Amino acid sequence: MDILTFAFMQRALISATIIGTVCAVIGVYVVLRGMAFIGAGIAHASFGGVAIGITLGVHPLFTTILFCLATAWGIAFLSEERKVREDSAVGIFFASSMAFGVLLIGIMKGYQADLFGYLFGNILAVSSFDLWSSLVIGALVIFVVWLLFKEFLLFTFDPELARVAGLPVKMLNLLMMSMIAVTIVISIKSVGIVLVSALIVTPAASAYLLSDDFKKMMLLSILIGVGSTWTGLLLSVWLNLASGPTIVMVATLIFFICYFLSPQRRKLQRDIEELKVEVKEK
Amino acid sequence: MNDIVIACEHLCVAYQDKLALENITFNIHRGQFWGILGPNGSGKTTLLRTMLGLIEPLSGTVSLFGRAPRQLGALRDKIGYVPQYAQIDFNFPLRVREMVMLGRSRKIGMGKRAGADDWRAVDQALARVEMTDLADRQIGRLSGGQRQRALIARALALEPDLLMLDEPTAALDVGATEGFYEWIHHMHRQMQITLLLVSHDVGVVSRYVSAVACLNKRLVAHGLPQEVLGRETLEGMYGCDAMFFRHGDVPHMVVSTPGHDHSHEHPHS
Repeated sequence: MDILTFAFMQRALISATIIGTVCAVIGVYVVLRGMAFIGAGIAHASFGGVAIGITLGVHPLFTTILFCLATAWGIAFLSEERKVREDSAVGIFFASSMAFGVLLIGIMKGYQADLFGYLFGNILAVSSFDLWSSLVIGALVIFVVWLLFKEFLLFTFDPELARVAGLPVKMLNLLMMSMIAVTIVISIKSVGIVLVSALIVTPAASAYLLSDDFKKMMLLSILIGVGSTWTGLLLSVWLNLASGPTIVMVATLIFFICYFLSPQRRKLQRDIEELKVEVKEK
Repeated sequence: MNDIVIACEHLCVAYQDKLALENITFNIHRGQFWGILGPNGSGKTTLLRTMLGLIEPLSGTVSLFGRAPRQLGALRDKIGYVPQYAQIDFNFPLRVREMVMLGRSRKIGMGKRAGADDWRAVDQALARVEMTDLADRQIGRLSGGQRQRALIARALALEPDLLMLDEPTAALDVGATEGFYEWIHHMHRQMQITLLLVSHDVGVVSRYVSAVACLNKRLVAHGLPQEVLGRETLEGMYGCDAMFFRHGDVPHMVVSTPGHDHSHEHPHS
């Protein structure tokens, strides 16, 4: 375990903890609101932000945050007007932002930066700046979720009652979209644009299978999220594999274990058995 | 003292270019139990949603406690709303007690946690619907009738003066529907709040409510059920020949009379 004494490894483990936690918390709302495609869409759209940052010579974090926020708000605005379906809006932003990024990078002649790193992530290359920025932004996201816990829960469970109760539903929706966007931005350096949505959706979807209670689902999601990032990272170092894909594969494996352990699934099987017995008795 | 809780005046509501409600005028007074009745697509739910401020009227006015729905402010705390059963995701990882607490969100205040008084109100609401024993159960593990009562408890957690229910028996079978109306009638007498429910169960509802409003985009008739629910009203509501089966004075069920064109039986908007 000498590897743990290296500064890059310590940074990687702290980063794994931060993004594992924040993605898992936001993922609970994404899964329960059926917004998995929005997560993937904003993540892919972030490529445009990365390209702008590289072109302008600015740290991509700043341009990607602005670009992802604009994308998230754009999706929210278009679907709010109801002239465009939400999934169509996501599809449009998803592809056009990536196309824009590829064109911009193509125009820059002699560009040598590690695009592969942005697409698939490299948690071992996380800098102190990346770490501090993800810590501050991640803490802000967790604080907003803690502060408006009840409001986000009601808005997620029954948006109509939230409106009837006079909650600022539009503001809550924009805030949620913004939190999804910044969560994606702080995670792409570690797991990459292509894979980040898995880190948001998979731990929460696994926790959903095992939970009958919202707080329990959130805690389980965090445990699975951090467990996946740590296990994936250590496995990737041990087996000399790419870190982002290893983390995602671990999370996916946990999902399937949860699926087969799921009480809902067991209950369904029990119900079917009981039904069979009843039919036989009749 | 003005005891009008809901007032509709020449209310018209449109979806895109189609009129869903036309010139609706009637008042609901404090303590009354109203049934808004009509076939599918008659605009019942639209009327309820307009009253709640979820839909903006095209013309005319609706007011609750003397104010427009979107200007209710703190008066929103007086309104308990029970949405249609199908709108709720009962697979959501939520226990009954927490779901009921969410109904009190506005009263608790934004960014605040439920205090001892709030949990007391939640427990009282659960006791009122006889679900104290099921408070810790996940909402998906309740029966149809229990789910409906849990949604009512969620509305009662606000300690409202006005309770509005949208098709509360849509997911219940015939036996459970009768039982539900018996129970809600009893609850209304005990609590003496104003109650408004939307239903297409003309026959069953009319036996329990103190007044009805019969809709088919227009207000066909409104008033005491025994006075209003005649053949003419039913024909106006259903757009076809219809009549009540009665047990003595009590309306029992609506049937179409022989020989009429069934294609007009349930007009959809």
